[in-house]
Amino acid sequence: MSARDEILGRIRTALGPDRAAPAEVRRDYRLTDDRSPDELLDVLTDRLEDYRATVVRCAPSEVAATVGSALRTALGEHSPADVVVAPGVPADRRPDGAVEDDGRPAVALAGYAATVTGVAVAIAETGTLVLDGSPLSGRRALSLLPDCLVCVVEAAQVVGSVPEGLARLDPLAPLTMISGPSATSDIELQRVEGVHGPRTLVVVLVA
Amino acid sequence: MTAVFLGIPTAPRGVGHLRGDLSFPDAARDSLRDGQLRANLGHATATIRGKRAAVVGEVPDWAELREAGRAIKAATMARLDEHLIALEEQVTARGGTVHWASDATEANEIVTRLVQATGTDEVVKVKSMATQEIGLNEALEAAGIAAHETDLAELIVQLGEDTPSHILVPAIHKNRAEIREIFLRTMPGVDPGLTDDPRKLAMAARAHLRERFLRARVAISGANFAVAETGTLAVVESEGNGRMCLTLPQTLITVMGIEKVVPTWRDLEVFLQLLPRSSTGERMNPYTSLWAGVTPGDGPQEFHLVLVDNGRTAVLADEVGREALHCIRCSACLNVCPVYERAGGHAYGSVYPGPIGAVLSPQLTGIEDNASLPYASSLCGACYDVCPVAIDIPSILVHLRAEHVEAQQHAGPEALAFRALSKAMSNPRLWRLAQKAAGLGRFLAWGRPTLPAALPPPASRWTRTRDLPTPPKETFTQAWAREHGG
Amino acid sequence: MKVALFATCLVDTMVPQVAMATARLLERLGHEVVVPPGQSCCGQMHVNTGYRREAVPIVANHVRAFAGAEAVVAPSGSCVASIHHQQAAVARRAGEHALAEEAAALADRTWELSQFLVDVLGVTDVGAYYPHRVTYHPTCHSLRMLKVADRPLQLLRAVRGLDLVELPAADQCCGFGGTFAVKNAETSTAMLTDKMANVLSTHAEVCTAGDASCLMHIGGGLSRLRSGTRTVHLAEILASTEEAVTPHQSTTPAVPA
Repeated sequence: MSARDEILGRIRTALGPDRAAPAEVRRDYRLTDDRSPDELLDVLTDRLEDYRATVVRCAPSEVAATVGSALRTALGEHSPADVVVAPGVPADRRPDGAVEDDGRPAVALAGYAATVTGVAVAIAETGTLVLDGSPLSGRRALSLLPDCLVCVVEAAQVVGSVPEGLARLDPLAPLTMISGPSATSDIELQRVEGVHGPRTLVVVLVA
Repeated sequence: MTAVFLGIPTAPRGVGHLRGDLSFPDAARDSLRDGQLRANLGHATATIRGKRAAVVGEVPDWAELREAGRAIKAATMARLDEHLIALEEQVTARGGTVHWASDATEANEIVTRLVQATGTDEVVKVKSMATQEIGLNEALEAAGIAAHETDLAELIVQLGEDTPSHILVPAIHKNRAEIREIFLRTMPGVDPGLTDDPRKLAMAARAHLRERFLRARVAISGANFAVAETGTLAVVESEGNGRMCLTLPQTLITVMGIEKVVPTWRDLEVFLQLLPRSSTGERMNPYTSLWAGVTPGDGPQEFHLVLVDNGRTAVLADEVGREALHCIRCSACLNVCPVYERAGGHAYGSVYPGPIGAVLSPQLTGIEDNASLPYASSLCGACYDVCPVAIDIPSILVHLRAEHVEAQQHAGPEALAFRALSKAMSNPRLWRLAQKAAGLGRFLAWGRPTLPAALPPPASRWTRTRDLPTPPKETFTQAWAREHGG
Repeated sequence: MKVALFATCLVDTMVPQVAMATARLLERLGHEVVVPPGQSCCGQMHVNTGYRREAVPIVANHVRAFAGAEAVVAPSGSCVASIHHQQAAVARRAGEHALAEEAAALADRTWELSQFLVDVLGVTDVGAYYPHRVTYHPTCHSLRMLKVADRPLQLLRAVRGLDLVELPAADQCCGFGGTFAVKNAETSTAMLTDKMANVLSTHAEVCTAGDASCLMHIGGGLSRLRSGTRTVHLAEILASTEEAVTPHQSTTPAVPA
């Protein structure tokens, strides 16, 4: 007998011949967040800053300049070619001279100092950005290897709760939920930001 | 109905890490004397308890989420076979390969074969309880494959040739000074001026692992959740080592216990709220990776999912004990447990320590292989209060104690005493006689208010550290009857 | 109201003054107290040590002893918790369904002392006088299984002369846990040590609680240390009045038997 049949047979034996129908799951927890869009932006900002991310707000016309300025703050003086952008980021939102991810071997991305991407959705209550592997979010390695990650978030992409956020996502896409810079609490439960993932996270809120 | 009766095998002996060499009281005796361990654990668990309480307290619908989490898990177990078949279909449809392993030995063989097929002799690993449980690293090493743990705490444990003592923070028993010493001693090329600043220590780990991530061809992970209806796998982490492993290598092998499946995508909206707040005490952990099969041009192009039983179906056979399979490995129960805080994780002898370990390990191995664990609790109930999926751990502990007692072929002195006491307590006349006999103990006290400390066992196990009051001349019911002419 | 007092096996045999205080208190509040003579134990120790089969006749005895009682009160959170959460379950598991029904019905009429006073009788000031510095330890089963919450504290705050001091880390288990105290004596002692350190840090003369078992554990440790801090059951404090109080350090009961 294959291990598959063996295990499935054991489960059937364990549950017995007259197994009860599973009880219905009551979803009477909060599914939506009633706060206004402005409030949600404030909550998102508060949560992200709590994780030691940097949050800057700007008008739609100022995105490229704001990203450029955030990169200068994070990296100091740097070559424009040290910055790589997800292919779906519109040209007018890219910092000058940034390189578009051209699908080179993933490990080669480690050579860049910073990445600029968009997001699929942002969840205010938990301070979470979700990247979905689309051209706007970029492939997963892009938001992982460079030490500084700049994410551009549109106000319309911000939802209040986790259920609202997951409802907007495609379960078949390669998803990365990001809540602040990488961190560890493995030494005496003291939180240290920045281990293997980007040590700096900048969120540009377009509102 | 029990697994033994139904012929469902438990986790085999001789492989994996579910059994200790010592009973809990014997193992605890040593750790209780380790003042540094006690200080480290006391400090760490108090910190995490406070963080958890704060972020759980701010969620107005925590009770509803917790009930939904419990209900989803119960519903999953009731149709576990169907959900696993659905998961297999979905993962396969998205370019993954599903393997089934009846026990630790089979799982280790499958993973070893898969790694060997790639031609590499080293793998990077994401922290995973399932691979710890089955002893995968040892099996790979025996096959000449080096497994590099990449979670900071797992790395500390691996470099220190130690064993994990906590589900979430495997090196919780080590403080910063001890970790610095391990790094200085074992990390090639480490800065000799390394200090014990946690940030500096984390940066040393980053530098140590960076090159390994970039050259790795095979990664091995566990899974926090697997969605049956979509084939989506989830790994919840903090450091980004998980993302490195799940993203950069060509081949990804995910090893998960069969109980980790959840029926629907929507179910994640519950668990992704319950888990981080219960676990690290954060509103959300820094990184959660979700993937379904293989995505061309993004991440590993070869994906294997290994579904492991290793005693889980035996747990499922116990109508009371099966609730232990609902565990989402948050470790909140460890952090609030007064026994764990003092005895430490190693005393449990299993990769699953603390209250959840005390109900899970004995069921996975068969109660007689971990018979002391269900007794390693004062039944204070703090674990049940914080469990995000409302596992009634105290009730399962009590149930397993009975399973152990009822499995004995011959009655020992304790069983005989409890039987005699039961006879007395169920017959008022005999009970009055027994009380009179207990009252005679007062003569041992020679008129003092407490009995002597030097009593024979088992009384000595109390009186070694605690005085026992001298029994009174008259019981309450006697006095009352005398007063009221009864 | 006619109240049937369940002394519990431990109190009846080892610390009768606690049951006597409970009776005196209820009588002082104007209620008739009866003590069913057939009572022995709730079965908790058997259930919690793994002897659930052997617990069934004890449960049967308990149900027999209190048959017909209008209200049952016990000065013990953990025995009442066992009556509420375990008795019917062990009977049902043993196939004794009629007994399980009776046990469940009896449980509905059974109260822990502080819950009975506050919820059923609706009193928080029981007219007690106890001129001592006191700290309160919420025992685990009172706190987590019965959810007595701050009822004992409400009662203590109303006691004249009583100086109530907060116990640090109050919700931490004292390490008693029934047979845990002997099966895992060393871990139990480590827990007790921390509990005693917290009790002593309050400089209280008296540590009180709603369970004689936990108090026997904490008190046994404090006595071994010759700390001078003693343990007194909540019922004894609430039963004390100006006429019947022992203001000196003593292990004798506050209420004459």
